[in-house]
This record gives sequence, C-alpha cells and structure tokens, in this order.
Amino acid sequence: MTLDASAIVVEPDRSRKAARMQYLAQQFRVEVLDILHEKGTGHWGGAASAAELLASLYFDILRIRPDQPDWPDRDRLVVSKGHASCMLYTMLAHRGFFPVEELSTFRDLDSRLQGHPCMNKTPGVEMSTGALGHGMSVTLGMALAARLQGRDYWSYVLVGDGDLNEGQTWEGIMAAAKFKPERLVVLVDYNKVQLDGPSDEIMPMDPLADKFRAFNWNVAPRSYDGHSVADILESFDWVRGQDEWPVVVIYRTHKGRGVSFMEDNHLWHGAPIDDDTHAKARTELLSTLRELEKAL
Amino acid sequence: MSATVQKAAMRDAFGTTLLDLAPRLPELVVLDCDVASSCKTAAFGKAYPDRFFNCGVAEANMVDIAAGMATCGLRPVVSTFALFLTLKGTDQIRNTVCYNRLPVVFAGGYAGLSDSYDGASHQAITDLAVMRAMPHMTVVVPGDAIELRQAIEAALHRPDPTYVRICRNPTPVLFEDQPPLEIGRIRKLRDGADLTIGVCGVPTAMAIEASESLARDGIEVDLLEISTLKPLDVETLVASVSKTGLMLTVEEHNRYGGLTEAVAGALSCEKPTKMDYVAIEDTFAESGPYEELLAKYGLSPRRIVEKAKALLGG
Repeated sequence: MTLDASAIVVEPDRSRKAARMQYLAQQFRVEVLDILHEKGTGHWGGAASAAELLASLYFDILRIRPDQPDWPDRDRLVVSKGHASCMLYTMLAHRGFFPVEELSTFRDLDSRLQGHPCMNKTPGVEMSTGALGHGMSVTLGMALAARLQGRDYWSYVLVGDGDLNEGQTWEGIMAAAKFKPERLVVLVDYNKVQLDGPSDEIMPMDPLADKFRAFNWNVAPRSYDGHSVADILESFDWVRGQDEWPVVVIYRTHKGRGVSFMEDNHLWHGAPIDDDTHAKARTELLSTLRELEKAL
Repeated sequence: MSATVQKAAMRDAFGTTLLDLAPRLPELVVLDCDVASSCKTAAFGKAYPDRFFNCGVAEANMVDIAAGMATCGLRPVVSTFALFLTLKGTDQIRNTVCYNRLPVVFAGGYAGLSDSYDGASHQAITDLAVMRAMPHMTVVVPGDAIELRQAIEAALHRPDPTYVRICRNPTPVLFEDQPPLEIGRIRKLRDGADLTIGVCGVPTAMAIEASESLARDGIEVDLLEISTLKPLDVETLVASVSKTGLMLTVEEHNRYGGLTEAVAGALSCEKPTKMDYVAIEDTFAESGPYEELLAKYGLSPRRIVEKAKALLGG
C-alpha cells in the first residue's frame, strides 16, 4: 500500500503517527533503492542510515511550509552528510516541496536534483552540502541569525561519521559552545561506517558523547535508536525540554539499513547497484515493509 | 613620494567604515578570527557586541558561520589576514559562499607584503589568484583608504560575494574629492598615447610617480587604475591598448593569477597586445620595512619606469 504522506503530517495520534512514519521511512528506502539502481549512481549506505531520522524531522518535527520554502520563520535543517541526497529529495518530494515524479531525474543533466544537495536548485534544501564538515558551522550561523533577528525557529544539523572527521566540525563545535545560540541542535547519524571501512579502523570517534561533553555541550542522557521513529520522537521530547544550549543527540544507526548484506558494510557506501543486487535488496525491503504495514 | 603627501591606512578606514555603516545597515554583522585589534574590527565589536563574532583562530568555521547568517538575511563582513582568509577558508569560500552566491564580504587584511616585518608566513601574494578562480566572486583591490571605504560600502550592497583587499600600513591618499570607486569600472588617472600602465592597490601611487617621471622624458602614459580585477572592465582596457599598443601591469602579488594574468587573459582574446609586468617574481619575500621590501621584490617607481622604457624600446 502507499500512504498519503500529507495526511501523516497532521495525524493527531502519536503512536499511530509514529507507526506511519516508520512505514514511510521504509517505503522511501524502496524508492531510493529503485532510483539508485536505475541511475547506476548515488549513495545507498548513508541514505538508508538516515531514513527514519529524516522522516521524523520532515513529517513531524520541522515547522515548515512546503509551499513557501523561504518562509523566514521556518525551522532549518542542514543535512551535512550531503551524500544522503537521494533520501533527502525523496522526503522533500513527498512532503510537497516539488513533484514526486521529479525524483526520477536524480543526477540527470539539467535536473534540479544534483548529486549532492544544492540550495539554489532544489526547493526545501537549506544548504548545499557534499563537501563534508560544513554543516556544523553553517547551522551555527543560522542559529545566531535567529537570536539577532528575534526569531524562534530551530536550527538542526544532521552530521555523519565523515563529518565528524573534519577539523572544521570541531571548530564549529567549539564556537557553538562559546556563543550558545538557543535552539541549535546537532543530530548525529552515528552508523560508525565510513567510505573506506568501519570508523573504528578509519578514524575512531568514540567516546563521542564524552567529546561533546568536554566541549561544554548539553548532551542527551542516552543514545537513541535512529531506526525507531518512536525512540526518535522520545529524543525530541528531551530536546524540547532543554534550556542549555547547544544540544546534541547521538542516534545509533546502521549504514545501509534494511538490506542484510548491505548493513554496516562500507562497500555499499556509494557502489552502483546492479540488477541482481537490486532484486535481492528490494525483496528484503518489501518484506519488512509488509511487516510494518501490519502495525498501521 | 614627497614627505608632505597625506597618508592613511586602509585598515583604519575599514574599521571606521564599519562603525559608520552600522546604524544605517542593521543587517551588518562582523566576524573576526582573533585579529580584531589588528584588522580594526574591534571598535565595531565594542560598539555593537551583539553584531560582532570573534570566532577565534578558525577561519574555515568563520566563513561558514557567515554563510549561514547570509542565508537568513544578514550582511556579514568576515575579516582576518588575507593569507589565512583565502587559504584556510578556501573550501568554505568556494563550496558554501560562492556556490550558493551568498552576499558575504571578505575583508582580506594585511594583504600583499604589508605585514612586512612578520615575514613570508604572513604575506599574501596568492590571494588574488585564489579569489579570482572562484565563480561568482567579485575581486576589488582599492588604491587607497578612500577607495577602501567606498569598496566596502559598495560590496555590502551587492547581491553576491565580494573580496576586498586591505593594506596594513599608511599609504598615500590619492582619491579624496574624486568620483567614488565603482566596482567593475577602471579609473583613468592619466591620458597618454605611448603605453598603457594598469595598476591596482598600493602600487597605484608608484605608478602615478613613474608616469610623471616618464612624462619628463617625453613618454605619455595612459594610466589605468584597475581596482576591480573581476569582473574586469575590458572595454576601457581595450580602448586604451587600441591607442597605445603596449601594456604594462603593476601589482603587489605573485606574477601568477593576479592583475597581470587577468589583463593578459582578456587582451589575448579581445586585443592581443605586447605586455610586460611589474609583480613579485614567483618567490616568497621576507621580513623588513614595507617600502624597502616592496622595492627589493620588484615594486618601485624606478622599476616601473625601467620596465616601461624596455617595453617601448622592444
């Protein structure tokens, strides 16, 4: 079945809404897998890792107006792990920022859907990303602008392991702790796998929460399951109760989530998906989707 | 230059310009990397603490914070030494500010050899090459403190990113009571038919002196102050060399990537012209007093005269 995505946004019952967003995230995985297979290019691992986080943000958390993408009081979300572009575009399309049919133009010549997000081409994209390490600083700038202009929007940045490798990210983390802008929230998609291999081999980031604490950040008291919409919503219950800024939440996720032979496997960071792989992966994703349908 | 010439430092003019603009431009914010007292943004910071952000010694972060602010309608000026701004913030200037055409003003202080005593580690001789290579970037090199003020004000009213190069030291005031600097327009300083000299920045005073010296020898220079390197005022340039047939460029920058190559690139397409240049000869300079340092590394009125005569003689 295909859910009416716009109806989910206004669904009043929290558990019913969570189940629907959980389903939606998996449905988007199927769509992303199909696009990446058809195009023979794009990044599966990081896109699948962020499905539930992005679905929760776009269909519940973010105060946005798809028909007015430049509304000054909108919440900002910077997807600093720009290689998750295909998942981001799928969210934006289904949320109403542009036609869903346009998703099939991903990475095509003349398309508005660039390989990595481009804010001047795609409605709803807050910042062009792709080169890692920019999101933290840019989002800090947005949060400082809110303070200066007396606006009450939230500034969120979604970072991944690769982002956390970049020195600039830590410059931004230092500066954010100095300026302490209200409603600045870092969301870590912590799948612990990078392009070349496990983060523990490439560049270990643990103890990540302690690092943020040492930088004087307000760190969520526990890590959350980044593949459970119900748990993600709980994390935002905590975030919304805070008055010490900036805030960081670490979500334990799995790169390539949803396909057994792709999960936690760095080889599927950005490898083209061939016909055989696509068929096997799709079967697994649809099997899970059917399970999720029962909970609706 | 004679001892009676009035001098002013561009960096001082930069600081007072920010202060003067602040009440009229509430969107103006200033970011600095722990050189606010050097680059003269400190007074703005004291007067407008809410609009001033000292980001510590972290240029990349500063540039991207400014970019984020610019997406929200603020008008950021980012200020630090030109060398560090254009090389430690390069990815941010390219991928965040220029790619997205954000209206950030880059104030590159202590530019050229003007941080003379600190030595080659602090001297900016590649900044123009870096900034010219950035799509959507406008590159302005004011000739004195008056033009610096005009360039900053103009840049803050443009829709795209602008780089403004700022000298540390007092230099001759050349353009008081003159029409203001126009971004994208060459200023004609002298009419002549024998050769064109194109100059930007601090050496403008040297080129004026050299042109006067050449005139005493019967050589009439068409003297162009090319304060905007990008976009280049090609029309004025072509009109000048169509008359003179010879072009000499003068700049306080490595010979690669700055004014010389900007002019050569334009003329080779529009009006191939025999050229020579006065610039730093693809080397690093050293510590020393500013004017002596400039002279040692090739920038002096005498050198301009020699090159001009050689060009005419050849």
